Amino acid sequence: MAERLHVGTRKGLFEIVRHNGGWDIADVRFLGDPVTAVLADGDRLYAGLDLGHFGTKLWRCDGTSDWQELPAPAFPPKPEDADDDPHPWSLGKIWAIEPGGVSGRLWIGTMPGGLFRSDDAGDSWSLNEALWRRPERKQWMGVAGGEQPGISNVLIDPRNPADIRLGISTAGVWASTDTGTTWDLINQGMFNEYMPPERAGDPIAQDIHCLARCPAHPASMWCQHHNGVFRSEDRGASWREVTTIQPSKFGFAVVAHPRDANTAWFVPAIKDERRIPVDGAVVVARTRDGGESFEVLRQGLPQRHAYDLVWRHGLAVDDSGECVAFGSTSGGLWISEDGGDSWCALDARLPPISVVRFAATQ
Amino acid sequence: MPTVSFTSALQRFLPVPPTSVEGTTVREALAVVFASRPALQGYVLDDQGVLRRHVNVFVNGDLVRDRARLSDAVGPNDEIYVFQALTGG
Repeated sequence: MAERLHVGTRKGLFEIVRHNGGWDIADVRFLGDPVTAVLADGDRLYAGLDLGHFGTKLWRCDGTSDWQELPAPAFPPKPEDADDDPHPWSLGKIWAIEPGGVSGRLWIGTMPGGLFRSDDAGDSWSLNEALWRRPERKQWMGVAGGEQPGISNVLIDPRNPADIRLGISTAGVWASTDTGTTWDLINQGMFNEYMPPERAGDPIAQDIHCLARCPAHPASMWCQHHNGVFRSEDRGASWREVTTIQPSKFGFAVVAHPRDANTAWFVPAIKDERRIPVDGAVVVARTRDGGESFEVLRQGLPQRHAYDLVWRHGLAVDDSGECVAFGSTSGGLWISEDGGDSWCALDARLPPISVVRFAATQ
Repeated sequence: MPTVSFTSALQRFLPVPPTSVEGTTVREALAVVFASRPALQGYVLDDQGVLRRHVNVFVNGDLVRDRARLSDAVGPNDEIYVFQALTGG
């Protein structure tokens, strides 16, 4: 079971450790600065910072050494024939940092939709040109209407690191089976009720809030979509709507159990323009039968006048599938050590939480 | 030689004392500073070499006009000041 949790917030990176039977804050880094992505990869810890005025930065901590700033992923010079590109050729935000399944390899998903790869543990980065130069990219839509499109999830098959799935908001699910040399838009079956009818089922128009993939069964995938919950059992190619989720189908986050293909967790909220918990009660929805049914988990969670929203990277599960944690826009952090049956709140008022990730179990 | 100074808000991330550098434009002067502190460039310019949206550059108290190419001329006694407008909460 995990012993350590990293929590990226609007005002710094918090390290939470198991202590005397509970969980407590052990360290704070980057206090005052927005942390948008975190990865604990072996002894290395990575953090993506959005400094706003001064741009997006990437930092790494190697084991016991101090943090050092790495070169952030950067876009190449914008060619003169790209004037019609609706999206900037400049790094907006680091949204996902993921291990590549090969020693030293990392993937970073960004706004405005660039995918970057490193093969030297983050010392240098290169833009995945094959995806960036796809003509369809001009149809990608910004998050929340006006912002840039973003790659929110980069999911590899642990047994075959050449097999990659991207969740893009808003551009559907993209797949590569050759380590990013070629890409295909693959998602069939998702739909947006709010889109014009002729575009409702268009794969590229699907707003992927969050994509999850079972590491032990990579064909099993889950999607918390803007329009509801979807399930795929063929590596993201075909999707069916999961209508059994309670108390609502809207939300941002989903995580998949590390070994059980049929288990996943969601944090539902009232759609769409309100974005608050149903009845002011914070709950987690868990399925253990592939979405046939859901349990609504409440024990230890605030059930009265709670208005916590959980963003797409604000929910995490550890390697064992027993520790689950989530953090909210109101700075609430809850941890379960029994797969979500019961929860314990961290005794702190954290800044708004962007990302929650467990360190690997030793 | 023109002098380049940076906002105190930047010193929290990268200590950069005022420096006298060669250069006849803002871009040339900044390039000399960036050459000695490569990490600094990404704090001031975006990936395309354009001034970041909330970063301003003054020459003797006047805002530069060319934020994209930084072609504003500077003389040997000019003072270049890199400044940012902090916002939010």
